[in-house]
Amino acid sequence: MASPFVSRALLSSTSLSFSSSLSSTSLPPHIRSSSSFPAKSPRRRVLTVRSKIREIFMPALSSTMTEGKIVSWIKSEGDILSKGESVVVVESDKADMDVETFYDGILAAIVVPEGESAPVGAPIGLLAETEEEVAEARAKAASKSAPSTPASVTPSPPPATSTTAPAIAQTPPPAQPVSDGPRKIVATPYAKKLAKQHKVDIESVVGTGPFGRITPGDVEAAAGITPSKSVGTNAGLNVAAEPAPTKPATPASAPPPIPGSTVVPFTTMQAAVSKNMLDSLSVPTFRVGYPVITDAFDALYEKVKPKGVTMTALLAKAAAMALVQHPVVNAACKDGKNFTYNSSVNIAVAVAIDGGLITPVLQDADKLDLYLLSEKWKELVKKARAKQLQPNEYNSGTFTLSNLGMFGVDRFDAILPPGQGAIMAVGASKPTVVTDAEGFFSVKSKMLLIHLVSCLDWKKGFLRMCHVHFPCFRDAFSEVNVTADHRVIYGADLAAFLQTFAKVIENPESLTL
Amino acid sequence: MQSSLTLSLAPQTSLTIPRSQGNSIGSLGFASSSKPINLRFCGLRREALGFSSIGQHSASHRVRAPGGRADKIVVSASFSDNGSPPKSFDYDLLIIGAGVGGHGAALHAVEKGLKTAIVEGDVVGGTCVNRGCVPSKALLAVSGRMRELQSEHHLKALGLQVSAAGYDRQGVADHANNLASKIRNNLTNSMKAIGVDILTGVGTILGPQKVKVGSDNVVTAKEIIIATGSVPFVPKGIEVDGKTVITSDHALKLEFVPDWIAIVGSGYIGLEFSDVYTALGSEVTFIEALDQLMPGFDPEIGKLAQRVLINPRKIDYHTGVFATKITPAKDGKPVTIELIDAKTKEPKDTLEVDAALIATGRAPFTQGLGLDNINVATQRGFIPVDERMRITDANGNLVPHLYCIGDANGKMMLAHAASAQGISVVEQITGRDHVLNHLSVPAACFTHPEISMVGLTEPQAREKAEKEGFEVGIAKTSFKANTKALAENEGEGLAKLIYRPDNGEILGVHIFGLHAADLIHEASNAIALGTRIQDLQFAVHAHPTLSEVLDELFKSAKVKGHVSSPVSEPIAV
Repeated sequence: MASPFVSRALLSSTSLSFSSSLSSTSLPPHIRSSSSFPAKSPRRRVLTVRSKIREIFMPALSSTMTEGKIVSWIKSEGDILSKGESVVVVESDKADMDVETFYDGILAAIVVPEGESAPVGAPIGLLAETEEEVAEARAKAASKSAPSTPASVTPSPPPATSTTAPAIAQTPPPAQPVSDGPRKIVATPYAKKLAKQHKVDIESVVGTGPFGRITPGDVEAAAGITPSKSVGTNAGLNVAAEPAPTKPATPASAPPPIPGSTVVPFTTMQAAVSKNMLDSLSVPTFRVGYPVITDAFDALYEKVKPKGVTMTALLAKAAAMALVQHPVVNAACKDGKNFTYNSSVNIAVAVAIDGGLITPVLQDADKLDLYLLSEKWKELVKKARAKQLQPNEYNSGTFTLSNLGMFGVDRFDAILPPGQGAIMAVGASKPTVVTDAEGFFSVKSKMLLIHLVSCLDWKKGFLRMCHVHFPCFRDAFSEVNVTADHRVIYGADLAAFLQTFAKVIENPESLTL
Repeated sequence: MQSSLTLSLAPQTSLTIPRSQGNSIGSLGFASSSKPINLRFCGLRREALGFSSIGQHSASHRVRAPGGRADKIVVSASFSDNGSPPKSFDYDLLIIGAGVGGHGAALHAVEKGLKTAIVEGDVVGGTCVNRGCVPSKALLAVSGRMRELQSEHHLKALGLQVSAAGYDRQGVADHANNLASKIRNNLTNSMKAIGVDILTGVGTILGPQKVKVGSDNVVTAKEIIIATGSVPFVPKGIEVDGKTVITSDHALKLEFVPDWIAIVGSGYIGLEFSDVYTALGSEVTFIEALDQLMPGFDPEIGKLAQRVLINPRKIDYHTGVFATKITPAKDGKPVTIELIDAKTKEPKDTLEVDAALIATGRAPFTQGLGLDNINVATQRGFIPVDERMRITDANGNLVPHLYCIGDANGKMMLAHAASAQGISVVEQITGRDHVLNHLSVPAACFTHPEISMVGLTEPQAREKAEKEGFEVGIAKTSFKANTKALAENEGEGLAKLIYRPDNGEILGVHIFGLHAADLIHEASNAIALGTRIQDLQFAVHAHPTLSEVLDELFKSAKVKGHVSSPVSEPIAV
């Protein structure tokens, strides 16, 4: 009689399963490096390439869910799971649901602890197949929580030569004995929460609050985000300090708001964009422009359009083909010390979606043919619209394409997203008088790139593909502008790359091969 | 019927009822009473009162101030006239303590025709009205609104735009203070209006049926109820300075809103204050001796409450620790709190905060009551009573004519429980046996959203079921499915029913969600009246209202038995 109507889920007992295999090639670089860290597993086969560590993802429990909160972990780290067992309770905007595992294994690491949120598709835990892999999974989990710490906050430790250093990343270092006893870190509750949320190492934050305590503002500063506005105005409290308590004390730096203005806080996505944009300021970028004649490219597009090929796919393919010949432009500088050459050419394409911006990634754009790429792109756009992109579908780009041609913008330069080496900004094609090889003047339209891609219908909130056709004369020209990280990509590299790109566009036959 | 008449009559004739209340309120009240037993009793009483009122004029041995009943000062000269115990009494009932419990008892006593006096050594209204439930509700009303106005997400969802909500601390504090004085006046007036004597001064029991009020006023009463309540409990090692280390008494005055406050104890008081302080911009650190926060609540409700009331707010916590030493801020140093592990007693941490609120519970207040005079020994400070609130002495014997209600007996430290106990005592002394079912007394915590409960928690119910060999059923409904809650954009919440599937008895109901404190009464009334779920399932609830959460809850319960008692005959209109 154990009350069959008792369900573990609050509202419904719907169970979903989400888990996927991580192949080591699809791992972001920082994870790859740590998991293959040889010092970590001294007694194990170094030759092991394939380890069966699976990620448990934040599932999409409803069509409107963009992130989920971990209500509770039913299993703890180290528990043995069997297929179909409930592992975690996730709260969506609708209900609390149990999430099951599809695989047998050991819950090696909890990446997102109880009470915290994660975007749909983000890994929330790691599942190891055997005992031996648990440690490796833990190291992976540890490295997962580390990388987004801004470099300015945590001075990176000297390269670890000892065998123990990276393995204990999870546990905080023991308090350093200072002359007058152990120096105590005092941080307010909210400061600690913010530090956790923004993955800031609280130990490294300098407290500016009363008695040297770390305030939420200190953590926000360390995380490089603009301080949130303070809660409430306690006018009465300031009576002693200020003779005129009618004026609420506002942070010194913020200018007074203009009367009638409204303050709309960033959505999560907008906050992420904001953070990325600020981060980009630490990268020394430069810009190189190049005009591209697009007549042949336009003609090709007209030919393949009926077959479902999109302009985005065409451009991405062209960029990818040029990138293959100039791997340095596909590289990035992650740490200020090294070139990080990427083995795949993944073209991220900036897409405006309701109230934000996201960059779905066409992975292996150099290898897939136009038709596959177009299929893939349509699928990505659909997912982006539904906010169901998995993280590796929007953060695995190695090169970004941004196009404002369809709005009639003839040229612009783009901001380089952190973690990539270069971004290409494509303007509208316009008819232009050019001199051809024979010295004759002719009207050409610069670049096609007007036809570009997808834009969002702001009002309706859904994406649709719009192809804007500008009247073309003989030759179409478009201005292509690339912004790159000068630490790894130099002017000559970029120029050479653009030359190749222009060649591809001007002789687009190779695109269809 | 005949026997009950004689029984009632006997005690009445054996003593002289001093005098009537000078009006017929009591009698009128009886006449309209629907309980047959009281009606009969009442009829007899009316005659007795008639006699005594004659006596009042002819042989009054009380000097009364010209102000009459409305005046607080009542001087009695009876002591010298009477031996011990006195043969005639100044009052039928004397209540020591004019808090909510004493007030409830006094009102009911007058309704029952008892000549009643109430002794107050401090201010009428006691803790609840002056330093507890009432002013805290004023602060919570403010915090609830602040919370709404600050929740841009919430407002946006409703299509509202509000720029920068702020507050004036003094204004908030005044609101709380004004509310307390208003309720205090209401309480005082409600007692004066029906002729309850309010005696000012500390009440000390001199012997059976005899109480000294203040320094030299000795009053006799046939029955005495102790309702002296409680004071905030401050563990040793904690230095309360009333400024940076405070109790709820100080906090309710809201003299200061610290940037960071530690709250020692995560029960009702601590939780409510965390709601207030975080809404006003403070950050809060909880210190809880037990292993989890909110130890008194049903675990499932506690877990959900923690998710909503603690985790997303600017609150962190230390559990399983004792605060052994708390030093107020002075000499430019912050408040320091030394924590030790509750189990190993090892020093664990030292916190530095701007203020500390001690909310570790309440200690009974029995100081100066003269319990020694009647050989009563307190147990952990509480006055020992039986299930009828009769006080037992050090030898375990009942002390005649002496009762204790409310926080001082520690049975259930809630204002309305005290009042219910007082009413129960009055029922007994007016000849009707009554035992209060404490499992039907609801409790509420006025956070945003609120938490309320009645009866057993799930672990308690399961333990009881194990012992008595029945099954336990659990039903739950979510506020997310309730139209009214969604209209308010407050879908966060859960109602939980713990019941017996075999007979439909409600064992407990726990609610976390919008207006939970108001919703619980359908369940507490059902428990008090013994209504079964199968009957409640046919009750109609207005749509759309939050009460449908409970409707859903009762309907989702699966009772195996047949409908135990038919719903009473519908009345044709």
